[in-house]
Amino acid sequence: MARSSEPAHSDARASNPGVLLSGADVARVVDRMAHQLIERYARGGGGEDRPADDRAGEPGADDGGLSDLVLVGIPTRGAPLARRLAARIEAFSGTPVDVGIADITLYRDDLRLRGVRALEPTVLPDAGIDGRLVVLVDDVLFSGRSVRAALDALRDLGRPRSVQLAVLVDRGHRELPIKADFVGKNVPTSRSQQVRVHLAETDGIDEVLVIEGDGVSGAPRGSEGGAS
Amino acid sequence: MKRHLLEAADLDRDDATLVLDTAAQIDSALAGREVKKLPTLRGRTVVNLFYEDSTRTRISFELAAKRLSADVINFSAKGSSVSKGESLKDTALTLEAMGSDAVVIRHGSSGAPHRLAGWVRGSVVNAGDGTHEHPTQALLDAYTIRRRLGRLDGVRVTIVGDVLHSRVARSNVGLLHTLGAEVTLVAPPTLLPLGVGSWPAEVGYDLDAALPKSDVVMMLRVQAERMNASFFPSAREYSRRYGLDADRMAALPEEAIVMHPGPMNRGMEIAADVADSVRSTIVEQVANGVSTRMAVLYLLLGGHA
Repeated sequence: MARSSEPAHSDARASNPGVLLSGADVARVVDRMAHQLIERYARGGGGEDRPADDRAGEPGADDGGLSDLVLVGIPTRGAPLARRLAARIEAFSGTPVDVGIADITLYRDDLRLRGVRALEPTVLPDAGIDGRLVVLVDDVLFSGRSVRAALDALRDLGRPRSVQLAVLVDRGHRELPIKADFVGKNVPTSRSQQVRVHLAETDGIDEVLVIEGDGVSGAPRGSEGGAS
Repeated sequence: MKRHLLEAADLDRDDATLVLDTAAQIDSALAGREVKKLPTLRGRTVVNLFYEDSTRTRISFELAAKRLSADVINFSAKGSSVSKGESLKDTALTLEAMGSDAVVIRHGSSGAPHRLAGWVRGSVVNAGDGTHEHPTQALLDAYTIRRRLGRLDGVRVTIVGDVLHSRVARSNVGLLHTLGAEVTLVAPPTLLPLGVGSWPAEVGYDLDAALPKSDVVMMLRVQAERMNASFFPSAREYSRRYGLDADRMAALPEEAIVMHPGPMNRGMEIAADVADSVRSTIVEQVANGVSTRMAVLYLLLGGHA
């Protein structure tokens, strides 16, 4: 899976087995992902030594580079993550990056099973996403169904030139042929575990937890960042 | 939320707010899009069962269902087996046997949707029954007020006209009260129902006294088809005392809006220049009706965990 080198030092994990990433870890992972995005998308940002397939969607000589980039967060926690990534990219590269939010609730294929829920806002940058380089941002990649729904939503919202995927945590157990292009941390999990991402914007604290079986079935779970 | 939406009282404050919030999100999600369609209710079937004439409500429900990718069957009593004497129950069971997931019903008899709800397994949405209720109209009115004024709590709403026959007024009084607005009814005494004193609303007879204290004026249609007794001496007299013209509109507070559920009788309960003024939300109400009904269909049909 994509180019992700995991931070080896996670002191918190030793003291509390449930904590996968501490607040400092989350900040470091976000910084690294921002650097990876810059490397991939900045004009003349290198990478020409890689095979053409791996560079799909990257800007060519006539592209706007980072200014063509749009980070589209998937609510709930993908939205603040996208904003953080954009802020870090601007801090590192000096180029402001557009951010959007695409609520996928109305595109989900499991509403009948899990019931309706309140919708989140959908916000696109003023310049839209037509012809631009979209990177979907989510907290946890699990079954891949959220990403599929997000791809369906994007199709209705415009026609980006390319779409890539960035996730904070990839926990495996895909049910669809989907893989992330930027991964903050790969975590082998069992289906009965839950991965919960907490962010200061939504939960008051930055941390990623792995929680042992909840007694329910191993089916992907929703809003707590279990499913993606 | 309950399985059916039969009257404003089916919605508590949280449910009603959820509907309005959902409508707002749907509006923002669809704003400026070329593809105004969402796949949410793909494969579901919604039957529009209309025993009374309707333009905007039927089209609005049809559009709402189609924008959510549901299949829509339009049924109007004219030209159907109803004219051969088929009962409401048999018609409903027939439609359900064909696989309908929800029935949107308009009927001339008050309480018809309640009876229907006891017969079918799917959801029932009341699209107006007799002189009883029209809950989705109240929801779209509440949504329009909240969009224009930014709040509902403490908003002073004056509803003017034929309250006696108005299902719009009945539903609005209930829903707006639930959402914290202060409702005043203004009408000739002959056009107020018995027992109006027990409604959660003030009652008055003088429009000119009520206008300066109104953030919203909602004009009701004078329903010629229900004017089967001498409720007022003449149309002209009604218009003079209870019609909203430019002079009366000038007495409203600066931010106040003028609403009308449509169809309007221009020159009767509302003057043409008032209906077309910037304060009028009449066209906006129609547009908001689609998103509000999308929210209702989504919340009733989307799925129950």
